[in-house]
Amino acid sequence: MTPARYSIFSLARNALGYHRNWPRAWRSPEPRPSYDVAIVGGGGHGLATAYYLAREHGIHNVAVLEKGWLGGGNTGRNTTIIRSNYLWDESAHLYEKSLKLYEGLSRELNFNIMLSQRGVLNLAHNRHDLKELSRRVRAIRLNGIDSEILDPEGVKAEVPILNTSPSPRYPILGASLQRRGGIARHDAVAWGFARAADARGVDIVQNCEVTGIDVAGGRVTGLETTRGRIAAKKIGLVAAGHSSVLAAMAGLRLPIESHTLQAMVSEPIKPVLHSVVMSNAVHVYVSQSDKGELVIGAGMDGYNSYSQRGSFRIVEAQIGALVELFPIFSRLRMLRQWGGIVDVCPDASPIVGKTPVEGLYINCGWGTGGFKATPGSGWAFAHTIAQDRPHALNAPFALERFASGRLIDEHGAAAVAH
Amino acid sequence: MLLIPCPWCGERDESEFTCGGEAHIRRPPDPDALGDAEWADYLFMRANPKGALRERWCHAHGCGRWFNVERDTVTHEIATVYRMGDPPPGEDGS
Ligand SMILES: Cc1cc2nc3c(=O)[nH]c(=O)nc-3n(C[C@H](O)[C@H](O)[C@H](O)COP(=O)(O)OP(=O)(O)OC[C@H]3O[C@@H](n4cnc5c(N)ncnc54)[C@H](O)[C@@H]3O)c2cc1C
Ligand SMILES: [Zn+2]
Repeated sequence: MTPARYSIFSLARNALGYHRNWPRAWRSPEPRPSYDVAIVGGGGHGLATAYYLAREHGIHNVAVLEKGWLGGGNTGRNTTIIRSNYLWDESAHLYEKSLKLYEGLSRELNFNIMLSQRGVLNLAHNRHDLKELSRRVRAIRLNGIDSEILDPEGVKAEVPILNTSPSPRYPILGASLQRRGGIARHDAVAWGFARAADARGVDIVQNCEVTGIDVAGGRVTGLETTRGRIAAKKIGLVAAGHSSVLAAMAGLRLPIESHTLQAMVSEPIKPVLHSVVMSNAVHVYVSQSDKGELVIGAGMDGYNSYSQRGSFRIVEAQIGALVELFPIFSRLRMLRQWGGIVDVCPDASPIVGKTPVEGLYINCGWGTGGFKATPGSGWAFAHTIAQDRPHALNAPFALERFASGRLIDEHGAAAVAH
Repeated sequence: MLLIPCPWCGERDESEFTCGGEAHIRRPPDPDALGDAEWADYLFMRANPKGALRERWCHAHGCGRWFNVERDTVTHEIATVYRMGDPPPGEDGS
């Protein structure tokens, strides 16, 4: 079932046929009546989970059920920043695993995910920021992850168009930099995992909304869907902003709130910004896409929402912050703005593990920053489902931490910086 | 952008308010008797419904007072606003 390999030769061959003869990248099968594992949610994390179930654990009788289209949730709506500079050991290990997988992913999936390790800067605007950043950089380096501190001249050398003069209300006093951080093409990550999972026998079923979870004697038996009942021995919920809705179908409560996080892109301009620049203090972050558009994001709306429409208040604040950092952007026009529903945990860390219901596993709470974790999350979650116990990488991220009190507070890493 | 009717000041722009999350979470009457799971439920677990939600808002840049709002989390439509201490609509027998 190996699909035609993408290569320079297949590109040339298909160019001769005016690109009319490319084979479909994955099938669109009818759901079968039963599966060994059903994954709910066809975003990056769900698709990666299915891929690693097949690849690492030899479990091929797997379905990914997606209510809309594949990658149409937060995976296709995010600003694609990838980095692993998290403060606590637990997070550092998980995000670094993910970054390492990303570094080999285009080759492994035979799909160009356009990973661009152009460096991610986090700005400091006051002495407290500076102290906090240097503490972080040291903790991150102790975990063997690249990270460095820049002074204002160093910041200027990396990003000449930043206003590093002392005149702004929040002047730039320095920055941390992870050079291995950067961006990737979000759709390609979803499509690459989908194609590779499909090639290993995984059924990707789109337009299939899960409406109920069947539990008998404390064990899952299957799912009610808009395309009929599907029996499953094991079920993984990977539904991001809709996690609470799905968990409630199995009688579970989660420590999650769903909020809208929005982003926007400007009209395309010539290359002007090489790195990714983030500022927690003035609440904005920006990178420039290969098309030349500036991709701009900020904080989320302060109230629960499933609307996928952000508030104008946030737009106003983030553009104000952007123009203070980059006066050169003041005359740019914005092309598009959109929102996604992010699943926010009280400690800004994800939940990846088992649930009190036998055979039901959950992967959620990635909130504003889970794109960078897509391969690592899928890898660890596949292990958890296959072995019925978490891998050491995701064991600290169990749902039980809210009862034990072992929270992993990453607000500093995730508040604005995604 | 929400237009929120403060019970004291009338309709004001969203930017004057802060949201305090789910309303009517009762502090456990006998905290000493609570187990870890019950503490977790009280402190961290939230309803997070897709649809009608009762939540607390504070008119931070106005009168500074807290009040309750029933709002739809999909349409953002505000069904009703009532003061702190008032019973939720439909639960007072009326
Ligand atoms: C504007 C924005 C910017 C962001 N920027 C970044 C960033 O720069 N870097 C970063 O690392 N992260 C970022 N994130 C966060 C990141 O997008 C998410 O954490 C990550 O993509 C989550 O992936 P997922 O596969 O878990 O969720 P999703 O991609 O949302 O997938 C969940 C899927 O579940 C489906 N689903 C829901 N309910 C059901 C049901 N009942 N039945 C069937 N299917 C269902 C949904 O349709 C959806 O496709 C950003 C998010 C947003 C919104
Ligand atoms: Zn008021």
